[in-house]
Amino acid sequence: MEFSTDGGPIEVLTSIDLEVADGEFVCILGPSGCGKSTLLNIVGGFLAATSGKVLIDGQAVTGPDPRRIFVFQERGVFPWLTVEGNVAFGLFRLDAAERAERIAHYVKLVGLSGFENAYPQELSGGMKQRLEVARALAVNPDVLFLDEPFGALDSITRLVMRSELLRIRRAEKKTILFVTHDIDESVQLADRVVVMSTRPATIRRIVDIEMPHPRDLSSPRYIELRDLLLGEIGLAHKI
Amino acid sequence: MKRLLPFSAVAALIAVWFLAARTQTSGLFPNPLQVLFGLVELLQRGLLAKYVVASLYRVSWGYLLAVVTAIPLGLFLGWYRRGEQALNPLLQLLRPISPLAWIPISILWFGVGDMAAIFLIFLASFLPLAVASMNAVRSVPPTLLRAGRNFGLSNLRILTNVILPASLPQLIVALRISLGVAWLVVVAAEMIAVNSGLGFLIVDARNAGNRYDLVVAGMVMIGLIGLVLDVSIRQLEKMQALRWGYGS
Ligand SMILES: Nc1ncnc2c1ncn2[C@@H]1O[C@H](COP(=O)(O)OP(=O)(O)OP(=O)(O)O)[C@@H](O)[C@H]1O
Ligand SMILES: [Mg+2]
Repeated sequence: MEFSTDGGPIEVLTSIDLEVADGEFVCILGPSGCGKSTLLNIVGGFLAATSGKVLIDGQAVTGPDPRRIFVFQERGVFPWLTVEGNVAFGLFRLDAAERAERIAHYVKLVGLSGFENAYPQELSGGMKQRLEVARALAVNPDVLFLDEPFGALDSITRLVMRSELLRIRRAEKKTILFVTHDIDESVQLADRVVVMSTRPATIRRIVDIEMPHPRDLSSPRYIELRDLLLGEIGLAHKI
Repeated sequence: MKRLLPFSAVAALIAVWFLAARTQTSGLFPNPLQVLFGLVELLQRGLLAKYVVASLYRVSWGYLLAVVTAIPLGLFLGWYRRGEQALNPLLQLLRPISPLAWIPISILWFGVGDMAAIFLIFLASFLPLAVASMNAVRSVPPTLLRAGRNFGLSNLRILTNVILPASLPQLIVALRISLGVAWLVVVAAEMIAVNSGLGFLIVDARNAGNRYDLVVAGMVMIGLIGLVLDVSIRQLEKMQALRWGYGS
């Protein structure tokens, strides 16, 4: 993938070859500016790659699709709609009864019961993020793309949101592509971690996180995997 | 206490006005009481209601015509870059021309009468509304547009369910500003282009015997109605679904 800029073309991604299985949780980990968002945008159909192709279920991706929903870094919810209105946003093809059922189900799933008629500005950052996840899940997509969804949250909320995401994932089996530059986040969440190099990014290594959930954050295996990823990113173990 | 402050300011103005009128020797500058009598006189002669209605009639038509044409055009231009590239320079060229500069042309086209005034008000509200709607669309956060596309909305639905609500707070500010402009322009237009209305009252009262009490009575009415118009349109900003747009 190349971007043309005033300073000439810059190469962002080269020879990315990645296969993701149905229902898998894959974290894409890499330093800031390496092209993680670019990669996710290409897979999601929001950007056309300058070369190569993306196949999902054997079909080439040509644009965004409601079967694959993107959750943004922040401020992705519609501020003029209530919690219910936001969750209902993608459900315009359904009849009223089914829509109401879906809304109720997903508002409850993400723990926003009681806030159905609240507007986003009345919600905390974590609640807004959960609302966005609910809006995405409500259209029953096969794949979720999450681009540093918890990046703007404080560290406690971030931890809570991770376990929430894992809980939601147990309830609704989805394929998840999750971009992060947080090593701990990737070890806590993913089935596999794809480590990217600096720009022009390629895949340095793919690490299987074979630990079952719930994961013990002080277990030797956890620390071992985290150190392995730290090394792959090219960071020393001490600051 | 807070609510009384504006009233005390008005009271102070009236007091100063009384004093100023006393020091005046020409006898032409009216004091507040004389203006009040002037208003009563206008009311009794049936002119006040007639002129207020005439002015509001022109503003309503000119303004509504501008709203229903400028907003769709502005939304369209904000959305299609090509359209904006083609028409924006023209809009920016027309914008600095005061609506009042159009008075001779509007009389030439429409003759002396309501149509000329309506045309001027239309012009005066059209340009700021069109430019503001265009800018409102362009400042819709791209993440929201992307979400709209991601959920498979048609272009029409993106317009009605994303772009329009996202630009509504800015549109309402523009509606409010252009209504104020329309009210300014109707008075000016009526001084020249018609034979009724509050603007006409002011010119007529001066020309027909230096009736400055009626001149100021006209000014007071213009101020009061302008205030009522502004307060009414500001009710729109209080809508629950819009609060996010005004950084409460
Ligand atoms: N539209 C664009 N035009 C030109 N260059 C771009 C464009 N989008 C991204 N880039 C460049 O591509 C590189 C990768 O950007 P990208 O947003 O994918 O990084 P990232 O890995 O997601 O970073 P972060 O972790 O900070 O979000 C950056 O150097 C950026 O300057
Ligand atoms: Mg990014």
